[in-house]
Amino acid sequence: MSAYLDLQNIDMTFNTAKGTFNALKDVNLKVQKGEFLALIGHSGCGKSTVLNIVAGLLDASAGVALLKDKEIRGPGPNRAVVFQNHSLLPWLTVYENVKLAVDKVMADKSKAERKDWVMHNLKLVHMDHAADKRPGEISGGMKQRVGIARALAMQPDVLLMDEPFGALDALTRAHLQDSVMEIQAELNNTVLMITHDVDEAVLLSDRIVMMTNGPAATIGEILTVDLPRPRDRLKLSEDPHYHHLRGQVLEFLYQKQRKAA
Amino acid sequence: MPARPAPLLADRARRERLAGILKMLLLPLLTFAVLVGVWSYVHNHVAPEFPAPGETWEHAKEVLAAPFYDNGPNDKGIGWQLLNSLARVGAGFGLAAVVGIPLGFVMGMSRGVQMALSPLIQILKPVSPLAWLPIGLLLFKAVNPSAIFVIFITCIWPMIINTATGVKAIPQDYMNVAAVLKLGKLELVRRILFPATLPYVVTGMRLSLGIAWMVIVAAEMLTGGIGIGFWLWDEWNNLNVSSIILAIGVIGAVGIVLDLMMGWAQHKLDYTKR
Repeated sequence: MSAYLDLQNIDMTFNTAKGTFNALKDVNLKVQKGEFLALIGHSGCGKSTVLNIVAGLLDASAGVALLKDKEIRGPGPNRAVVFQNHSLLPWLTVYENVKLAVDKVMADKSKAERKDWVMHNLKLVHMDHAADKRPGEISGGMKQRVGIARALAMQPDVLLMDEPFGALDALTRAHLQDSVMEIQAELNNTVLMITHDVDEAVLLSDRIVMMTNGPAATIGEILTVDLPRPRDRLKLSEDPHYHHLRGQVLEFLYQKQRKAA
Repeated sequence: MPARPAPLLADRARRERLAGILKMLLLPLLTFAVLVGVWSYVHNHVAPEFPAPGETWEHAKEVLAAPFYDNGPNDKGIGWQLLNSLARVGAGFGLAAVVGIPLGFVMGMSRGVQMALSPLIQILKPVSPLAWLPIGLLLFKAVNPSAIFVIFITCIWPMIINTATGVKAIPQDYMNVAAVLKLGKLELVRRILFPATLPYVVTGMRLSLGIAWMVIVAAEMLTGGIGIGFWLWDEWNNLNVSSIILAIGVIGAVGIVLDLMMGWAQHKLDYTKR
């Protein structure tokens, strides 16, 4: 069975001033279409490197990354990225930030269609009310929503999220997680999300990819999250199976891959 | 009496505001008063040939009353002198922007170009732009283009350096966005590099305009012709010291106006200040 996204024997070595650094060693991962995958691990374990290789922002030193049976070469809008610190352009309004992406991927569509598509995606993340605001005028959570809208508007084959809620407070993060689940139920995107939040990983994903500590990090275990959807964070907090899954991730992170702080 | 505290507070706020405004007016006035005092002392006890404040004031009123009279090429009003100087500064500044800003972009984008040009710029930057005047005279065989050339040299270094710094300071995040969107080279410049760098560019322009206005006075003293710098020197040759004091004041005032204009442009164009 050929996978939708297929990472085969990926190695990554960086040349730094202090010599070479082997970040990833023999990473193999198959992702099916419509799957929501969380990548979890301690900081410095190379999970961002995996995401950047899929994004095409980094080239693997060895091995191959295939998307729809084609080798990934360089970045492109079919692998849209939601960056950790939103990366909105501060001189453009919310609307213009999303429009920049839409103009690029829907160049063949009419002006009116493109405008509708921008507004449609802003509505998806509940940000249509702030279309004319600049990033400096909205909160961190709102910026991240716009970042998600920009990525969704590209209609990517794979949506990549690099600790998308890492910089947000707990309440805002919960709101955004709910929004992501809502959107995922509607669009059924293929998502690769990096996180260091165990609850977030269990709540959102279909499978959790747990990475060993670097250097030469690789995939330690993969946990299937067989909780039925739609998921409700309040009901899950009393669900023994949820706690069991959560426990397995915690055990991996804090016993098998203990890391000195 | 619950109503009393509010008006009292408002009263107090108003009094404090009034006191603030008074201070803002009175303290600078005090400085000027001390200056005039020292000036009078110098006139009375140190150098009697130095004109008295009142005398200078009368002369200034006379000169400023007819700024645009024209009695032939060697006798024109102070307004004409200023306009000619401003035209030279404008020409040199504009040319420097046309050359320096694109050059700064290229330097910021390419490490090779940066490495090639940086040593030369570092050597030339600390040189007084007036040192270039003879070379201008040699190249152009005329004083007016030479003065413009000096202003061009004055303005170009801050423009190149600030633009290049601005390009290099662009966060990697923006470049990643551009990469994911697969923006072409031209789109990258237009949609990302140019807007992200604009605040730095305008800062460079503001700096160079300030220096250019200082340099033009000295340049015109050397080149002659119509211009506030030569006018000042000419009045010195006529031993008309009142005119020199007036010129210093006028040059300062024009400098403030130029800086305010650039400050306004900075405010309009700098997305970080909106």
